[in-house]
Amino acid sequence: MTLGLINANPIVREKKERITRPDLQFLFSVYTNLLVRSINIVRDIRDPEHPYSLEQLSVLSEESITVDEKLGRILITFTPTIQHCSMATVIGLCLRVKLKDCFPPHFKVDIKVAPGSHADEEAVNKQLNDKERIVAAMENPNLRQLVDECLYSSEL
Amino acid sequence: MPLLEEEALKLSEVQRLEGHTDRVWGLAWNPATGADGVPAILASCSGDKTVRIWQQRSPSSISFDCKAVLEDRHDRTVRSCAWSPSGKQLATASFDATTAIWEENGSDFECVSTLEGHENEVKSVSWNASGSLLATCSRDKCVWIWEVLPGNEFDCVSVLTGHTQDVKMVQWHPTVDVLFSCSYDNTIKVWAEDGDSDDWRCVQTLSESNSGHTSTVWALSFNVTGDNMVTCSDDLTIKVWGVDIIRLQSGDINASWCHLCTMSGYHDRTIFSVHWSREGIIATGAADDAIRLFGESEDHSADGPSYKLLLKKEKAHAMDINSVQWSPTGNMLLASASDDGTIKIWKLESMQ
Repeated sequence: MTLGLINANPIVREKKERITRPDLQFLFSVYTNLLVRSINIVRDIRDPEHPYSLEQLSVLSEESITVDEKLGRILITFTPTIQHCSMATVIGLCLRVKLKDCFPPHFKVDIKVAPGSHADEEAVNKQLNDKERIVAAMENPNLRQLVDECLYSSEL
Repeated sequence: MPLLEEEALKLSEVQRLEGHTDRVWGLAWNPATGADGVPAILASCSGDKTVRIWQQRSPSSISFDCKAVLEDRHDRTVRSCAWSPSGKQLATASFDATTAIWEENGSDFECVSTLEGHENEVKSVSWNASGSLLATCSRDKCVWIWEVLPGNEFDCVSVLTGHTQDVKMVQWHPTVDVLFSCSYDNTIKVWAEDGDSDDWRCVQTLSESNSGHTSTVWALSFNVTGDNMVTCSDDLTIKVWGVDIIRLQSGDINASWCHLCTMSGYHDRTIFSVHWSREGIIATGAADDAIRLFGESEDHSADGPSYKLLLKKEKAHAMDINSVQWSPTGNMLLASASDDGTIKIWKLESMQ
């Protein structure tokens, strides 16, 4: 991969305990299942540059995902570890791939960086949500490999 | 042409074409078919790296069968396809950075030429009205113009730079050799050949400062007379532009386009495709899985034309719609292509 890390000294948190929320189990709604399931799917994605999960690096948290079940819309907001993170688009790709089969096909997924968390927020958000660019990026073998490393090393 | 009333129209699903194994990105009706006893032919291109040719079973039936699958040529998504005006050749643009030219040979299609040159994904291809020129555009920010020569030779005559980002679509004007491109840089550019120097150059840029779009412009389409153009965008609006057609057709390359109308508030997700029918109906295909039809409103102010929503077909597909194309032969058929891997044929009818 790259020789010089973009962020050599990230702040690392403890891995959070897996949550099984007894109150939510009673609700038993599609919304809740989707939300909890999707959070559990993405929290362990490995950061492109460090051997820690996106949750451990505070890139993602339980508050990162909002679901509007009625409209069929999902919004994921993540916080890159530094303002000039060029890995933001890779993280976005990882999120989309990991969540691909998680929601019904008509659901729309929007991914954004948390407001104020990136120097080129508007430009990054635009790229994170251009469907054609995302598809083309995933057809690029080098990028695909990087994404696969982030997704599947977390399963080891 | 009957007077269209907003409540009196319906869009009925005629057929659903299945076969592609990935999202369908683009559609093109063969302009030499669909009338005078010739069954209509439709081409579709997909993320499954193939192009499918669909043919109307008979001139009187509205059923289409898959006549051919063009495969083993592109090794990445085929993003766009376009028939030559004669209907004899099909150009296909791919993320593999090439454009292939196909011709029917007996019962099958063969690739007779491959256009290379773009540095990365080719997004769109378009033939001019006479079929003498081809244009392609790419994420490499360039627009290429190719001359069509005998023996399936295609010579690049110009590489046009100017867009600052990924170019999403190119489209030739329906009557004059003026080229239009739209881009991720939020602008539409107009390119024409300078009479003196025979060089192609950008003669106009439609940007936010001249009432242009504020996000990626995905597609553009002309009305039948070529004096109006409609564009659609990630900014959730469609815009209508006009030009002095007499000036344009007389060869004045500086005849400029001006903003006439913006339709906002009708779409809440990216509009990927817009197409103007010969009868004057504008169809849009969007990322909310719906097809919308717009027509000119009778009550327009002195400022210019205004448009109204004629019909909204929600859940036209199960996923995003990437392309909508009216059949060129006035039979009020509309084809739509979607991320759900299917193509649908619709018929627009009056309810009465």
